[in-house]
Amino acid sequence: MSDRLSTNLKIRRGRPDDPEQYEVFPFEYEAGQSVLDALRWIRSNRDASLAVRYSCINANACKECVMRIDGRTGYACTTPLRPGEMLIEPLPNKRLIRDLVTDTLPPDERLSEV
Amino acid sequence: MAQYLQTDVLIVGAGGAGMYAAIAAAETGANVLLLDKSIVGRSGATIMAQMTVAAAVGEEEPDDWRFHLRDTIAAGRDLVDEPLARILCQTAPERIWEMEEWGVGWARSGNHLTQAHAPGHDRKRCVYVDFLNTGPATSRTLRNQVRKYDNIRRVSDLIVTDLVTQDDRVAGAVALHLESGQALSIAAKATVIATGGLTGMYNRNSASANMGGDGFALGLRAGAELIDMEFVQFFPIGHLAPRLIGMDPIMWDPFRYKLGGRLLNGNLEEFTQNYGTPEDGKYVVTRDTATYAIFKEVEAGRGSPHGGAWLSFEHIAEADLRAAFGPVIDRLAKNGIDLTKMAIEVAPIAHYHMGGLRTDDSLACNVPGLFATGEAVGGANGANRLSGNAITEAFVFGELAGRSAAAFSGQAMPDIREAAKPLLAMIEATANRPGDGMTPTAAIAKLQGIMQRNVGPFRTRAGLQRALEDLSELAVALPHMPTGSAPTFNQQLADWFGLRNMVLVAKTIATAALARTESRGAHQREDYPGLDEDWANNQIIRLEGDEIELSRGEVRRLAKEEFVHE
Repeated sequence: MSDRLSTNLKIRRGRPDDPEQYEVFPFEYEAGQSVLDALRWIRSNRDASLAVRYSCINANACKECVMRIDGRTGYACTTPLRPGEMLIEPLPNKRLIRDLVTDTLPPDERLSEV
Repeated sequence: MAQYLQTDVLIVGAGGAGMYAAIAAAETGANVLLLDKSIVGRSGATIMAQMTVAAAVGEEEPDDWRFHLRDTIAAGRDLVDEPLARILCQTAPERIWEMEEWGVGWARSGNHLTQAHAPGHDRKRCVYVDFLNTGPATSRTLRNQVRKYDNIRRVSDLIVTDLVTQDDRVAGAVALHLESGQALSIAAKATVIATGGLTGMYNRNSASANMGGDGFALGLRAGAELIDMEFVQFFPIGHLAPRLIGMDPIMWDPFRYKLGGRLLNGNLEEFTQNYGTPEDGKYVVTRDTATYAIFKEVEAGRGSPHGGAWLSFEHIAEADLRAAFGPVIDRLAKNGIDLTKMAIEVAPIAHYHMGGLRTDDSLACNVPGLFATGEAVGGANGANRLSGNAITEAFVFGELAGRSAAAFSGQAMPDIREAAKPLLAMIEATANRPGDGMTPTAAIAKLQGIMQRNVGPFRTRAGLQRALEDLSELAVALPHMPTGSAPTFNQQLADWFGLRNMVLVAKTIATAALARTESRGAHQREDYPGLDEDWANNQIIRLEGDEIELSRGEVRRLAKEEFVHE
């Protein structure tokens, strides 16, 4: 088995009107694991209220898990974890909904449009 | 006052089958509401498919839908609903050409479509889109078609929590809007369940996040019958190690179609010949046999380091790898995988569910107003699905269910305001519950462990009974679990509604598996090895109050001359 590595995910939390806040979650991992692996682990084991969009988990087919990772736009499912600290934030150019979730829906797929 | 929507046809789930149903219903002029609990056309199983689509288009060599049907029935181990399978095989070529007309871009060689010879088929029958792009190309094509219809309204982030029944029929649904946290009701003349399968209930799976069997629980609670729930197909060579990101874990299947490869145990020896199927560098071993062989090698202490088997392409030249898979080879390199120098580890993972909602030939369920489509339909694949039939089923059953639902919707719009009230109240009572103990999110992980351990590919009476006890404990804890505090995009609440469905559906699988005292296809009982002729029946499940009721049903068959001809 591979050696365990560790990282700290510094995650932007909250809704649009909340004061800016970040929460740090330590995570131990095996080389090759993704940011999404860590976020899903946090939801199951540390804080189920963490909001993050994803669907296909592994395939990078659904493109739902797009977010800001260390200041760059990327997919959580294809970004490998690295030791130290990683900064995880919602997309800056989309309307914030909660935590890492922004309004990435096509405009005509919102409930408010029906 | 909760929001109230009305539609002719409500489609729950917007993967391949749901989108195809929407197009077919809209084509008749019906108004369609196409919902997804994640994002329309992006979530679900279809988009993940890197594999092939079976259809007797006869482009590589002469073929006939009857040959495809014969192979489908043989793979299904005597449990295939033959009239449904006939619809699947007979209509498949029409859908393949329709998708081609819509611009999907099936792989070609010269002036004909390329067709792969997948295990269990008697000839080259499976079309695909290069490179490993069948699902994304299919989903994009259907999304583009759906957008052309003004009478299809798409809504994402909307979770249907219950169907609404009145006057002995399904008359719509209630739903939770994830972004706002609002509950709302939807009156519908006809409702189509397009929620896919249930493999997300296992901890080793190839599923997307929303494949938790929602549609089966929605149907059961509305009085619908399920069939063949015990048959969960495990895909034998799911990726196990090293960690591979950005790729579907079933990606090694197309590699094996094109390149063969060698399946080796922990001692680096070929082993499938000891289970009746020598490989000789070709991909011929069927899914149930391969799953069994790997499981038995691991049990005998001859597994790979992570508890699976080795899959090696080391004997294949790099030029041949590149010719077959081009950019995929670079994606593997990014993950530190060089197939010319190393084998990878594979293991059986939950991949597809043969059972589902019991329907007639129009895909209507036993409760009027309710239809099923895609993987949510039970029966067409019997006890074991032939490779390549899943996307075919999304297309063929999608089109058929959309047409059938639209035909049913020529009546007055039901008024469900009264009938919806208790169901809306239940959503509101569940939201914001401080609760105590395990979160539903953690409980889902626990349920996946229960299912993997004791309701996986190999089952025993003791294990299944244990699983039912464990599931009952989760059912008891469910009403007390904390559901998160803020209404906005409350995934913890969404997880609670997902878990509520999973617990019920998991019980139906374990109950049916416990009753079936034989081994057949994807259902293998260690304490009842071998197929029992007396069990050539379907098992039918309905809900009586909170109790699961199980009965046997005759398999629907065709006269042999309808599909065997030479």
